[in-house]
Amino acid sequence: MASEGIGARVLRKEDARHLRGRGQFVGDIRIPGMLEVAFVRSPVAHALIRERKKPAGFENSVIFNDDMPGVLPITTRSSIPGYKVSDYPALAAERVRFVGETIAMCVAPNRAAAEDLCELVDIQYEELDPIVNCATGRASGVKPLHDGWTDNLFLRTSFDQGMDEVIAKAPVVVELELSTARQTMHPMEGKGLVAWWDHRAGQLVVHTSTQVPHMIRIGLAECLGIPQAIIRVAAPDVGGGFGYKCMLMPEEVAVAWLAYTRQGAFRWIEDRREHLTAGANARQHEYKIKAYADERGRFLGLDADVAVDCGAYSVWPFSACLEAAQASGNLPGPYDLKAYRCSTFSVATNKPPFAPYRGVARPGVCFAIELTIDAIAKAVGREAWEVRLENLVAASAMPYTNVTKKFYDSGNYPASLLEVKRMIDFDRIRSEPRRDAKGRYLGVGFATYTEQSAHGTKVFAQWGLPLVPGFDQAHVKLTPDGALEIKAGIHTIGQGLETTLAQIAHEQTRVPLKDIRVVLGDTANTPFSTGAYASRGIVMTGGAVSVASEIVAGRIKSIAAHLLQVRPEDISFRDGAIFAGEASVSYEDVGRAWYMRPDQLPDDVDRGGLEATGAYKPQIDSGVFSYASHAAYVAVDAETGLVEILDYAICEDCGTMVNPMIVDGQTIGGAAQGVGTALFEESPYDDNGQPLASTLIDYLLPGPTELPRFRISHMETPSPYSAHGLKGVGEGGAIAPAGALVNAINDALAPLNAAVHTIPASPERILAAIAAAKPTLNDAA
Amino acid sequence: MKPAPFDYVRPRSLPEATALLSDESANAKIFAGGQSLGPMLNLRLARPAKLVDIRNIQALRAVRVDEKSYSIGATLTHAEIEDGAFEDFSQGLLPFVARGIAYRAVRNRGTVGGSLSHADPAADWVSTMAAIGATMVVHGPAGERRVPAEQFLVGAFTSKLGATELLTAIELPRLSATARWGYYKVCRKTGEFAKAIGVTIQDPRAGIFRVLAGSTEGRPVLLARSGETLATQGADRAAGVARQEIEEVLPHLEPGHRQQLAVAVQRSLQKISLLETV
Repeated sequence: MASEGIGARVLRKEDARHLRGRGQFVGDIRIPGMLEVAFVRSPVAHALIRERKKPAGFENSVIFNDDMPGVLPITTRSSIPGYKVSDYPALAAERVRFVGETIAMCVAPNRAAAEDLCELVDIQYEELDPIVNCATGRASGVKPLHDGWTDNLFLRTSFDQGMDEVIAKAPVVVELELSTARQTMHPMEGKGLVAWWDHRAGQLVVHTSTQVPHMIRIGLAECLGIPQAIIRVAAPDVGGGFGYKCMLMPEEVAVAWLAYTRQGAFRWIEDRREHLTAGANARQHEYKIKAYADERGRFLGLDADVAVDCGAYSVWPFSACLEAAQASGNLPGPYDLKAYRCSTFSVATNKPPFAPYRGVARPGVCFAIELTIDAIAKAVGREAWEVRLENLVAASAMPYTNVTKKFYDSGNYPASLLEVKRMIDFDRIRSEPRRDAKGRYLGVGFATYTEQSAHGTKVFAQWGLPLVPGFDQAHVKLTPDGALEIKAGIHTIGQGLETTLAQIAHEQTRVPLKDIRVVLGDTANTPFSTGAYASRGIVMTGGAVSVASEIVAGRIKSIAAHLLQVRPEDISFRDGAIFAGEASVSYEDVGRAWYMRPDQLPDDVDRGGLEATGAYKPQIDSGVFSYASHAAYVAVDAETGLVEILDYAICEDCGTMVNPMIVDGQTIGGAAQGVGTALFEESPYDDNGQPLASTLIDYLLPGPTELPRFRISHMETPSPYSAHGLKGVGEGGAIAPAGALVNAINDALAPLNAAVHTIPASPERILAAIAAAKPTLNDAA
Repeated sequence: MKPAPFDYVRPRSLPEATALLSDESANAKIFAGGQSLGPMLNLRLARPAKLVDIRNIQALRAVRVDEKSYSIGATLTHAEIEDGAFEDFSQGLLPFVARGIAYRAVRNRGTVGGSLSHADPAADWVSTMAAIGATMVVHGPAGERRVPAEQFLVGAFTSKLGATELLTAIELPRLSATARWGYYKVCRKTGEFAKAIGVTIQDPRAGIFRVLAGSTEGRPVLLARSGETLATQGADRAAGVARQEIEEVLPHLEPGHRQQLAVAVQRSLQKISLLETV
């Protein structure tokens, strides 16, 4: 039998239904009598609500904030000193703080009628000056967005180690100002939920498109002020999460309240315009960097000022300061850096709340540090890859504790860089002309990053978050007919957990993969997990499945040993059956004995039976670090500003791979989003705080023709600190493309002495960079 | 993102459609492929009281040909033009342009007349028809009238079509076998509306030398001096003139946008020049 366990490139179990269009997403759920909800949303960025009027005859179908007494706002507390709390109400009461903020909930038999009703609701606003960027929001004297705040920052942090000494003596100093655009996340399926009252169970049932069903139950119970036991959160198929679906949303609270108080069925399905204008915003950072190096380009120190455009409210539970904490902690990247100073500003602005998006801050910091490396290389007159190589943490230094006390557990970062340099054929590129036959400028760029994954209890506690992950749990059971059922509280959002968790269980029990079922994401029948985020699923839940499967495997062996009249240690699993020498029994024989013919078993049989709940977290809470190097080869048309990606190479290491095909899929999907970050995606706001990208005509997502064929090679350095040596891989692909691509663009533009420092690197920005470097456009040609 | 309520009617003849449109107070809007109007209805940017779906009117799908010109019906789809559903008299220009419009799913339903009537300055047909010197055949309560394509747009999303009028067909000159054309558009991604369009059409036998800059945020601009230079001194010379002419006639645009327009036009001229040297 071909291997189906850890390391096997098996097809995904979940794909049969998805490829046939038979998945069941929130939008597919029909509950008899279900009504639809649409939200009246603020048309202005900042205003006091002076008057609210319901249309006559619809008093019961339009719900305002004061119709929901006792419902608490979403409030994210943090134990970090100086962190300021915002109250994010399900429906705004006296004041709105961003365009798209929910003010009223309208209920009707269908969405179109609910939207008709929204138009009849009369809201009078008294507009206030909006804060639409970090510069305004962090300026001293600005009126804070929330009452009782002393300044307009959710949090200000600073880190300083050893810089004073470096500044005095560094021979090379490089200064950069960089910025990254506000983005929205765009899972194929937007947010949405169906909530209904189950009279038999006496429970509020919430089918919500989420990564974190168990957390949502906690959050809903807190906001609604009801016991967790009367809430069941059951996530259906989820069409992508990316972080957008790991937080409690006001719409979730409002619709759940409706179902709870009216004891009926209601749904809200986010549309693309809501996603673009009112949904989770992410990625917008501003950097001022001063890097100090020696004449060879070796880092001596790094001084950074980082501002995050956090929007109006904190999301729950990840808070408005996670992004800045991640930025500050990860900016040094995979480099051996001894002196570091970083100030962060989490600025409140009149925009939708900032949410953690695949890579959380790291696409921004990777862009920043990788452009810095290239700038240092330019300053010392060396190739950027050489300077990069010289600064990377060496394999011999592993495990390595970096300047921000991150513990890089294992790996060979320089080897991954050299591998992508080989893959992209750097030496050939450098030996060829800098322009192609069409006159386009050619350039190559690199980026290397680390991806902290499956970081646990102590790290989250340090970040001051209200909900800290501990042990993840999984339940494994052999059924009477010899199949295996796995239940875990994490959820699958497209990352293939129904397959990879089964592969891990197979590794321990050898039950054929086709006979293993995985049930996830339902608070009614899965053990607790904080959920799928932070690239933690395969390490945490995978570890828990491994532990539980190992226990069940031992019990299977005991019963089989009894049936075969041998000692348990003489039992082995082989070819889908259970052997002692040449004699064998089937998994079904074992199941049947325990469940249906216990009379065949001895009195001292293990009373745990054929099911077990296992709990797991790695030996260290600091996370296991995946890493990768990316190399991009681009052609830049200096006349139009358009960029074509000619080649793209990735060398990644996520430790032991459970399923290399799924690792490839995660890497490619992440990298595709990274290309969007680098070249296309941008959600600008005007001076009044109006979002300018409200449809996919204005917000450009890369399509198949804009994406290169990502060429991937794998290194496999098992972590010494996790079960099976696993590391997470969910976010990594998205981290490096902006760094690699913009470095490639700037390498291409080097003959023109032009460089881009803002992403996306749009044609306009590239043309502007060329124009700034040369006084007249005509010379560019 | 669902439309506000509206009535829907599907006339089977042109007179029937005209009658439905003639009452201005009825706030009726013509619906053909729905590829622009559909999203606008969903976004509630368009709020007609009544949609008049003209896809069942056979007369609007007619192709008529005579010696010097031909006309194509307004509700022919981009895909039909792309696929050669009728004989091509443009030396390949119309199928080439059709193939570059949006995505196949859009081309399957979107119509040439619908795109022109929608009057998006960035739309391919708006520039193409103006460049080729086509004529819009417009039908209204007062009968039929003709508008030169280059004058059809009044501004962005506004054309010379009255509220009670309907574009029925487009008349085009037949290009001779010696005709050369170049069509170049600057797009950030496949299927996206163009940031800049350049069109050059040269048919010495028919006396056509036309150079056009499109996607200008308003009516596409025929570059008269560039066209003259093309006729008298050839494409390479015209390319130099075009950049200067664009700077002059579109001073209100961002420099980067003018730059892209100049490049698009120059590259459309370059195609002619390459074809000439083959």
